[in-house]
Amino acid sequence: MKKVFTRPKALADIPFHYCPGCTHGIVHRLVAEVIDEMGMYERALGVAPVGCSVFIYNYLDIDMYQAAHGRAPAVGTGIKRVLPDRLVFTYQGDGDAAAIGTGELVHAAARGEKITVIFINNAVYAMTGGQMAPTTLLGQKTTTTPFGREGEINGLPVKVCEMLAPLDGSAYLARVSVHNPKNVNAAKKAIRKAFEVQMRGDGFTMVEVLSSCPTNWGLSPLEALKWLEEKMIPYYPLGEYKTPAEVNG
Amino acid sequence: MAKVLMKGNEALGEGAVRAGCRYFFGYPITPQSELPHYLAKRMPEVGGLYLQSESETAAANMVFGAAGAGARVMTSSSGPGISLMQEGISYIAGAELPCVIVNMIRGGPGLGNIAPAQSDYFQAVKGGGHGDYRLICLAPASVQEIIDLMQDAFDLADKYRNPVMLLADGVLGQMMEPVELGEEKIAEAPEKPWAATGRKKGGPKRLINSLYIVPEECEKHNIKLAQKYDTIRRNEQRWEEYRVDDATMILVAFGTCARICKAVVDSARNEGMAVGLIRPITVWPYPTDVITRVREKAEQFLVVEMNMGQMIEDVKLAVEGMRPVHFYGRSGGMMPVARDVFGEVKKLYNGGAA
Ligand SMILES: Cc1ncc(C[n+]2csc(CCOP(=O)(O)OP(=O)(O)O)c2C)c(N)n1
Ligand code: SF4
Repeated sequence: MKKVFTRPKALADIPFHYCPGCTHGIVHRLVAEVIDEMGMYERALGVAPVGCSVFIYNYLDIDMYQAAHGRAPAVGTGIKRVLPDRLVFTYQGDGDAAAIGTGELVHAAARGEKITVIFINNAVYAMTGGQMAPTTLLGQKTTTTPFGREGEINGLPVKVCEMLAPLDGSAYLARVSVHNPKNVNAAKKAIRKAFEVQMRGDGFTMVEVLSSCPTNWGLSPLEALKWLEEKMIPYYPLGEYKTPAEVNG
Repeated sequence: MAKVLMKGNEALGEGAVRAGCRYFFGYPITPQSELPHYLAKRMPEVGGLYLQSESETAAANMVFGAAGAGARVMTSSSGPGISLMQEGISYIAGAELPCVIVNMIRGGPGLGNIAPAQSDYFQAVKGGGHGDYRLICLAPASVQEIIDLMQDAFDLADKYRNPVMLLADGVLGQMMEPVELGEEKIAEAPEKPWAATGRKKGGPKRLINSLYIVPEECEKHNIKLAQKYDTIRRNEQRWEEYRVDDATMILVAFGTCARICKAVVDSARNEGMAVGLIRPITVWPYPTDVITRVREKAEQFLVVEMNMGQMIEDVKLAVEGMRPVHFYGRSGGMMPVARDVFGEVKKLYNGGAA
């Protein structure tokens, strides 16, 4: 019988702790598949964030680092500068990368640091109980915006791809989603492209993944995917925001 | 080998290079800028990297990454910048990563000033960041000692998988002295099988981590760290004794202060007073052994610091209440003047009479 579905080598054989309907696990699998397909199992180094996905350091069966909240791009910088031929990526939530770690993210991009940030935008701080994130949509209710996010009071949501695109050091920036199989495929392609651009030494790369958090959105897994599609994508349009000239075509 | 004239700041850089350090991450701050200036030129000559970070927070975390990847790596800063590094240093200590951090202490608190001080003593020797951890802290008092201790700093860091902090101040950084550099042996970082450099065929997965979510495991980790710190306490105390043997009064001072106190000891001896100096070279582990030894003969101690009284706590702990421990300090970037310290010595020596 032909095997159509196997566990990638880079994915450890342990169950995820994520809530039902959480898409963190899908993104982990995509990263692991791309590492396998690129033959990078022995040369890939990942940096885990502080957030729901901290245990990606157990789920990926490669050498891993666990960084302080928001500092993964700085940690990745240190690793990559010592081991320039390795594939170095960080995996970070939106609180991690777009609030407390904005400085590290922006300057890694500005330096054209040859690392890849897998940026999980789930519009909340999930691990700490569903507080407002920089990416929380206007009107969205969270535990710290119980009446819905108001621009006047809470400021406006941050579009990270758009923010990093003008930086000359950014080589590849894409926003993808994983709310249906077609988008999962596109997400995988973007991750592969980012890793390839990194390994070619073109500069900083990031894939922003719109991801679900049914638990903190107060929705069922299915409703969550629908909410992502109907509410998040219009504000956070999918697509490539920066590509190196050669991979443009 | 011929001696060369060198500034303290340059000696820190050259000492690091000779110790095999090839990575420096840092952010500008006075009074340590000459060290990064030196390394920005020197690192490329030896195939190393000088990288200016966007903040000290980032620098410490770059050090975390580079150390985890197995490199000999350092950073350097002063007061406000060292405060920003505390997060990273705590993670480095938790993940048991070797690295060297230089603190050119300046006047504080807050922005304070850029003049020499020793007011970051507590921060350095009592932990500094969150959690139960220790840094090995070295306190050189001459340019030659800076060169020598830089090598030791990297060796100790690797030996114990622990961050090492070098405490200095603007005086030591600016001071120019002849130094013996020794053979230009380019030390290589030792093998580090724990470093996360990519899965080897059949090899174990390596994880650079300070998270222990299960309290039982976190306690085990803390106990393991505490055992390591105990070993360091037993094996690595270093100090210099100066005219201590028959001394009834012992001065205790480190770094720049110790240089001043040496001159004070000589003046006192010229006037027939039995005064000696203990100069801690490691301020963590604190050289408690020598204090407990000399407290038998010495009748009193005088701790001299460039702060309002920090190291005095460690001296008191070692003296265990058996002798009076006095204090003389200047702070805010002011230096003790030998004449004033001498005045204090004379007064105490004569039983409190001026
Ligand atoms: C310095 C610091 N501040 C705060 C925290 C607490 N904290 C843990 S996870 C988290 C938010 C994570 O949110 P996000 O990055 O969006 O990831 P998610 O959990 O949504 O995947 C916070 C604030 C921390 N660990 N460290
Ligand atoms: S809280 Fe949200 S982000 Fe965290 S595991 Fe559950 S669904 Fe996923």
